[in-house]
Amino acid sequence: MAFVNWLKRNLVVIAGLVTLGYLLLPNVVVTVFSFNQPKGRFNYEWQQFSTAAWQDPCGVADMCGSLSVSLQIALWATVGATLLGTMIAFALVRYRFRARGAVNSLIFMPMAMPEVVMAASLLTLFLNMGAQLGFWTILIAHIMFCLSFVVTAVKARVMSMDPRLEQAAQDLYAGPLQTFLRVTLPIAAPGIAAGALLAFALSFDDFIITNFNAGSTVTFPMFVWGSAQRGTPVQINVIGTAMFLVAVLLVLASMVVSNRRNRQKA
Amino acid sequence: MATLTEAPPPLTPTAPEETPPRKRGRLVPYWLLLPGILWLLIFFALPMIYQASTSVQTGSLEEGYKVTWHLSTYWDALSEYYPQFLRSVLYAGSATVLCLILGYPLAYLIAFRAGRWRNLIMILVIAPFFTSFLIRTLAWKTILADGGPVVGALNTLHVLDVTSWLGMTSGDRVLATPLAVVCGLTYNFLPFMVLPLYTSLERIDVRLHEAAGDLYAKPVTTFRRVTFPLSMPGVVSGTLLTFIPAAGDYVNADLLGSTDTRMVGNVIQTQFLRILDYPTAAALSFILMAAILIMVTLYIRKSGTEDLV
Repeated sequence: MAFVNWLKRNLVVIAGLVTLGYLLLPNVVVTVFSFNQPKGRFNYEWQQFSTAAWQDPCGVADMCGSLSVSLQIALWATVGATLLGTMIAFALVRYRFRARGAVNSLIFMPMAMPEVVMAASLLTLFLNMGAQLGFWTILIAHIMFCLSFVVTAVKARVMSMDPRLEQAAQDLYAGPLQTFLRVTLPIAAPGIAAGALLAFALSFDDFIITNFNAGSTVTFPMFVWGSAQRGTPVQINVIGTAMFLVAVLLVLASMVVSNRRNRQKA
Repeated sequence: MATLTEAPPPLTPTAPEETPPRKRGRLVPYWLLLPGILWLLIFFALPMIYQASTSVQTGSLEEGYKVTWHLSTYWDALSEYYPQFLRSVLYAGSATVLCLILGYPLAYLIAFRAGRWRNLIMILVIAPFFTSFLIRTLAWKTILADGGPVVGALNTLHVLDVTSWLGMTSGDRVLATPLAVVCGLTYNFLPFMVLPLYTSLERIDVRLHEAAGDLYAKPVTTFRRVTFPLSMPGVVSGTLLTFIPAAGDYVNADLLGSTDTRMVGNVIQTQFLRILDYPTAAALSFILMAAILIMVTLYIRKSGTEDLV
C-alpha cells in the first residue's frame, strides 16, 4: 500500500524521467557506436570495441572538409543574422514607426513556415536569377532563417530593460553614442549572445534548406545525409559525441562561473 | 552627434538648430530596419512570389519555362500525390499528440518537482541539439533494428500486434514502417513541445495548487481545472512548433521509413532535386504552405489565443 501511494505521488516524475530517457537514448547510442568496429559499410550493428575512429577522426575522405565548410557558414551566418536582427529588435522596442504590424508579421512568418517551403521557394528564386548555387547561396539562406530567431531573443531582453537607466546616463551628460556603448549594449548583451548562439546552432545543424540550395557544396549535415546512402563511417559518431561533450562542458562551466559570481555578490 | 562637436553659433536662436537632429531621429528606426527587412523581403517574401509564378508555368529544362497559367498543374499534383499529403497530416498529427503526452510530464517535472535538479534536467533536454539531428536520427536505425531488444520487447508485450492491426507496422518489423517514422518525428520535435510547456507551467503560481487542495480538490481535479487550463498558451505554441515542421519534414520518412511512408516533403524534394519538374514541385510546396496556414489559423481561432504566437 505504501508503495502504491509512493507510486501515485511520483507518477509524474517517473513519466517525466522516461521521456528524458527517450530524448537521451539516441545520444547514448551515438556515443557507444563511436567505439564500434563495423564489418560492412554501415555502422548500425554492434561488432567489436575499438578506438580506431577516435584516433583518426579525419580518416574519412571529405568529412573534415565538410565540417570546416559548416563552421565557416555558421560563423558568417551568426555574424550577419546577429547584426541585422539586433538592429531590427532595437527598432521594434525603442521606436514608434509605421508598418509596425507588417514588420512583425514578416519576422514571424519564417518561423511558422515549414522549412521545405522556404527551401523550395528560395531555390526557384536562385534558379530564376541564374545564381550559382554554393557557399554564398547557403549563407544567404542561413542568414534569412536565423534572423527571426535573433530578433525574438534580443527583443525579449531589450523589452525587459529599464529605460530610466538610459535617461540617467543622459542626465549625467553622456552623449547618445556613449550611452549606447556603456549602458544599453552591456545590458542587452546577454540577449544578443543568446540570439547569436541560437543562430550558430541553427545554421550549423541545418539540413533541409541547405539540401535545396547547396549545389555541389557539402556541409557536415549534407555529408551525413550522403553517408546514410553510401555507408556511415564511425567517424561521424566521433564528431557527434565530441560536439555533445564540448557543449555540455561549456554549459556546465558557464553555470559554475555564474554561481561563483552570484556567491561573491551575496 | 555633429551638433555636439560643433560650437553653437553665437547670437542665433536655438530653435532652428534643434530641428535637424529631430528629423534625423525620426528616420533612425527605418535605417535600423532597412537591411534586415530588405533581406527578408528579397530572400523570403520574393521567393514565395517566384514559387507561385513557377507553379503556373509550363515548359521544359531545355527550352525554358513560360507563365501559361497552367492551373491544372495543381489539380494533377493533388490527384497524384494526395496519399502523401494525407500521410503528412496523419504522421505529423500523431507525432504532435505523442509529443504532448510524453512532453507534458517532463515539463511538469522540471517546473514543479525537480528542485535543485532543474538546471541539470534543462541542460539534458537542450543538449541533444548539439549533436547533428541527422546523426541522432540514424541512431534510431540501430535502436529499432530488426530482432533488436526494443522490437523484441514490443513483440513480447504484444504492442506490435496492436500497431499491425492499426496498419502502423507490418509483421515483426518496426523499421521502414509508419511507426518508425512517427517515432522519429516525435523524437526530433519533442524539445519544441517541452520548452514552451515548461515556460507556461513555470509562470503558474504554486499557491493556486495549494488553494485548490484547500478547497478539497483531488490532485486530478486540480490538474484538470487549474493547471492544465493555465498551461494552454504553452500547449498551443508547443503543438504548433511540433506540427508545422513535422508536416514538412522528409528526413525521418527517408531515413526510417520506406517508399510506402513517403510524405509530401519527400515528393517536393525529389521533384525539385532529382526529377527537376519545377512546376509540379512549386505547386506542391504552395499547397503545403496554404494548407498549413489555413490549419494554423483555424487552430489559433479555436483555441482563442490569437495574441500568443
